[in-house]
Amino acid sequence: MAFPPLRGSCWMLAVLLAVFCSCRPAGCGQGEGPIVIKYWEKWTGFEADAMRAVVDDFNAGQSRIFVEYSSVSQIDRRLMLATSGGVPPDVAGIGSKSLPVYAENNALTPLDKLAEAGGVSRDRYIDIFWKICSYRGHLWALPTTPGSLALIWNKKLFREAGLDPERPPQSIAELEQFNEKLVKRRADGSLAAIGFLPAEPGWWNEIWGWWFGGELWDGHETITVNSPENVAAFQWIESYPRRFGTRDLLALRDGFGNFASPQNPFFTGRVAMVLQGPWIYNFIKNFAPPDFEWGVAPFPCVDPAKLQNVTQVEADVLVIPAGAKHPKEAFEFIQYVNSQKPMEKLCLGQRKFSPLRECSPDFFQKHPNPRIGEFLALAKSPNARFVPQLTVWTLYSNDMTQAFGRVWTGKATAGESLDDVQEHVQLSFDDQRKRWDRISGILTKEWNKP
Amino acid sequence: MSHGDKRDIRIGLLFISPWILGFLALCVYPLLSSLFYSMCDYSVLSPAVFVGADNYRKMFADAIFWRSVYNTIFFAAFAIPLGLLMSLSLAILLNVDLPGKGMFRTIFFLPSLVPMVCLAVLWQWMLNGDVGLVNNTLKPVFHVVNVLLGTQLSPPNWLQEAQFAKWGVIFTGLWGVGHAVVIYLAGLQGVPRHLYESAEIDGANFWHKTWHITLPVLSPVIYFNSIMGLIGSFQVFAVPYVMTGGGDGPERSLLFMATYLYQNAFDYWNMGYACAIGVALFLLILALTYAATKLSERHIHYEGK
Repeated sequence: MAFPPLRGSCWMLAVLLAVFCSCRPAGCGQGEGPIVIKYWEKWTGFEADAMRAVVDDFNAGQSRIFVEYSSVSQIDRRLMLATSGGVPPDVAGIGSKSLPVYAENNALTPLDKLAEAGGVSRDRYIDIFWKICSYRGHLWALPTTPGSLALIWNKKLFREAGLDPERPPQSIAELEQFNEKLVKRRADGSLAAIGFLPAEPGWWNEIWGWWFGGELWDGHETITVNSPENVAAFQWIESYPRRFGTRDLLALRDGFGNFASPQNPFFTGRVAMVLQGPWIYNFIKNFAPPDFEWGVAPFPCVDPAKLQNVTQVEADVLVIPAGAKHPKEAFEFIQYVNSQKPMEKLCLGQRKFSPLRECSPDFFQKHPNPRIGEFLALAKSPNARFVPQLTVWTLYSNDMTQAFGRVWTGKATAGESLDDVQEHVQLSFDDQRKRWDRISGILTKEWNKP
Repeated sequence: MSHGDKRDIRIGLLFISPWILGFLALCVYPLLSSLFYSMCDYSVLSPAVFVGADNYRKMFADAIFWRSVYNTIFFAAFAIPLGLLMSLSLAILLNVDLPGKGMFRTIFFLPSLVPMVCLAVLWQWMLNGDVGLVNNTLKPVFHVVNVLLGTQLSPPNWLQEAQFAKWGVIFTGLWGVGHAVVIYLAGLQGVPRHLYESAEIDGANFWHKTWHITLPVLSPVIYFNSIMGLIGSFQVFAVPYVMTGGGDGPERSLLFMATYLYQNAFDYWNMGYACAIGVALFLLILALTYAATKLSERHIHYEGK
């Protein structure tokens, strides 16, 4: 049996396929129009709008390159899959914490030579932001919007508790004295409000040791999470369930609303002090009562005579994935974003401070957040730090969340829980170092290619 | 083989070629390659380096892996029998001749049309310790018990307390038994009426008939559903993943084998180790399915045999 009519349709199909394949979006019409740069970014909402405005300026200012901005959810995973599939975007916006794992897995283009050629140098940046973008002696990214962490307190609650609303706690001991004064209990003895709660919102379980003088990694081969300083920090965490009761604390937290809502416990007055970054301004503006009074100060250290102005700094960064089609043009765009005017436009739009050393005089006048200077000062502090540049950081961070949970619910002591983290993370870190030994030869050769 | 036979085979192969190609490319190749990568240090983006049995050695020494195995077996050990019991009893009840039978069947089937992720989000709120519907229903019960016994019990904070979290996921799973119910119902239509009639003549009641006629005739269907349940339970992922926001739950009580595999592959970039976990999961399911088949052989009655 033969199928004569089918043959005709097969031909049609083949022709259509051939036309389709020869005219993929990237290939179609190339040569005449501008070079299209695909830019993936994690932001949505007003943060995306701020970057879009900068992209539009760039596109309008020249006709050779056109940047196509897309908001991409779960960008870390998509970028990994797209890069391994050989179809990465030309520019991607990720978090600085992800840089080591991307770099070490050969997913990024080193920017050293492009930066050198473009005249982008270290002295233009607040030093920590250049450091955050470097790993294993190479530059992998340039920053966009940065953040630092500080103590934010509710002045009204301070006043009500008989505390000076303009004077934040200066040490951990004083923080706890204030905490005792700010605690409110109901008639049945249950907790209605508290001064400070390390579990709220629980985003930085890894780094409490820093305010106690601890380190998470010795910078070489050893994880140092169970050092005496880090254990002391977790003993401070451990004191909460002991002092306030495990179930009482869990019940208190259960009644807290979503972070991004008017029921955020900081805005409803159920927590008087929090550790937060500059973005808190946007949430206060959107969700806190109109008469909400707040202050920003360095989070107190255990011994202010020895250690002060400790903060965690992080940044959103722009990278060029390995295998990007137009790395030179991509860098031109990144360089544009990193020049003073566009950067200030972006940071104003997102209500952040600029990672650049130079700042126009009216930046702070135009800035909607009156407290932005305090966050900037903290980022410049010699005790500002960023999470260790480890490829096992995600695992480390997960383990710390588990350890925090065990201590918080009284299932383990500070020492026990941190010993477990130490053992597990060290093992994984040793594995990663073995991997590095196997592939470092090939990779460093590739990274140093002219 | 005649010329015609050969042609028939060629045409036959041509017609099933889409399936064969799909099977080879989408099943056989990933299966074999994951077996290979399980013996490599592989992070997807850098070249895979053969490391022999290193990943397996690491797996045996990894306390968190064993925790995930324990959680998975615990989940399966309760989710499979409870699901079986619930779906079978629902099917038998829905098979009773009652007015509005079709409506009841639809109502019980509807929840299984809810996508996994919605199911997880929905039950996350149902099981919320503070404002959840489940605890709001339980609170009066606990109150009565407390008054009667002088105790101070309160309903658990399901997904926040390690000893209850897995139960929360098990109950959530029971909500989606509709598919199994439909398969049982179909099986129940195949039970010959004359068997019931002759049993009734002999004075059998509902329980006699269920135990001696319905269940034996239904046994191949029960077997099928159990095996599907077993495979599904060991692969549990979406519901706990959504409920914990991609985490492991309190004290890793919701870390299942599939979750740990996913974390290693996509969060920790240890694709080789993730493949090794995948192979372990595959072997575990294979062994249990084989054991289930062997153990149940004597109790399954096939009509045709």
